[in-house]
Amino acid sequence: MKLTIQINEGPYQHQSADTAYFFAKAALEKGHEIFRIFFYHDGVNNGTRLTTPPQDDRNIVNRWSELAQAHSIDMVLCVAAAQRRGLVDDGEAQRNGKDATNIAPGFRISGLGQLIEGGVQSDRLIVFGD
Amino acid sequence: MSETKKFMYVNRKAPYGTIYAWESLEVVLIGAAFEQDVSLAFLDDGVFQLTKGQNTAGIGMKNFSPTYAALGDYEVNKIYVDRESLEERGLTLDDLQHLVWEDEDEDYAEKDSIRLVTRAEMADVLAEQDVLFNF
Amino acid sequence: MAMLHLVNKSPYDACNLNTASTIMKDGDQLLLIEDGVYGAMKNSKAASLLKGLKVAVLGPDLAARGITEDKLLEGIDVIDYGGFVDLVVANDKVQSWL
Repeated sequence: MKLTIQINEGPYQHQSADTAYFFAKAALEKGHEIFRIFFYHDGVNNGTRLTTPPQDDRNIVNRWSELAQAHSIDMVLCVAAAQRRGLVDDGEAQRNGKDATNIAPGFRISGLGQLIEGGVQSDRLIVFGD
Repeated sequence: MSETKKFMYVNRKAPYGTIYAWESLEVVLIGAAFEQDVSLAFLDDGVFQLTKGQNTAGIGMKNFSPTYAALGDYEVNKIYVDRESLEERGLTLDDLQHLVWEDEDEDYAEKDSIRLVTRAEMADVLAEQDVLFNF
Repeated sequence: MAMLHLVNKSPYDACNLNTASTIMKDGDQLLLIEDGVYGAMKNSKAASLLKGLKVAVLGPDLAARGITEDKLLEGIDVIDYGGFVDLVVANDKVQSWL
């Protein structure tokens, strides 16, 4: 099946990002396709390159980047939510006059249409949040 | 060309205390361009999103409640409100904005967008959907 | 057409499990995850909410919270993330009661 996953909360604050990750991994192991992982609300904070979690704890951001790379998953941070919360890629930095970027590998910033498209094109939409 | 799906946006949270109500509306507005069969459901504290007379000047936030009134223009006109959630909260339909849409098939006659439903009817409506968005 | 309902909050913290139980129809499936697993405990005030429902609970979330299976209500399926995926596939759509 083709799955789209929506993640509404940031890393560490809520368990959603963890549950979504293990769900995604299990889905891939069973041979399903992940059409898109769409990060909304504080979920966009899963895409920052700048976290330094404790050494003895899981690195949520890196885990996403590795999963995306291993399986060519499209991971999208909603542009409106990202702008509000300060997640910036090169395009956004140029457009909005920011002097830095902070997006982690494997993530891209794009519009809400990507979430809607996920709903249209996938067999299932699963939302993780608070 | 994909078939048209029944998209339901489920709203269960009050406005302003958290951003979910506003950011969920942003999805609805963008989603309106995708020509799916769209409905909104307001349940539990979500019914508070639709109340009249919201004045946010004192809390310094944008009052986004007028956006609900604009939904009709985006052809979003199936707005299911849970009667039990209203009653639990001491609200009636009168406390909510009067949301309308213009039916171009009937000479642009103005019709009500809000459909007050019982919990059982809400369950039936949700069961008919293809895709459920929650925030 | 059956629906998979996800509840991730403790029934003592939020009304999510309560509302979900009033919306569930015959044939629907409830899956308790994260803090929602507390809803599966027997001899608890929330136990009655699950009466007559098809209920599964995510094993890793039970273990994390120190809830052993003998503390659960009768008839609850303990599943893993693979089982979670299977439930998503087996049901037509997913309602996350956030």
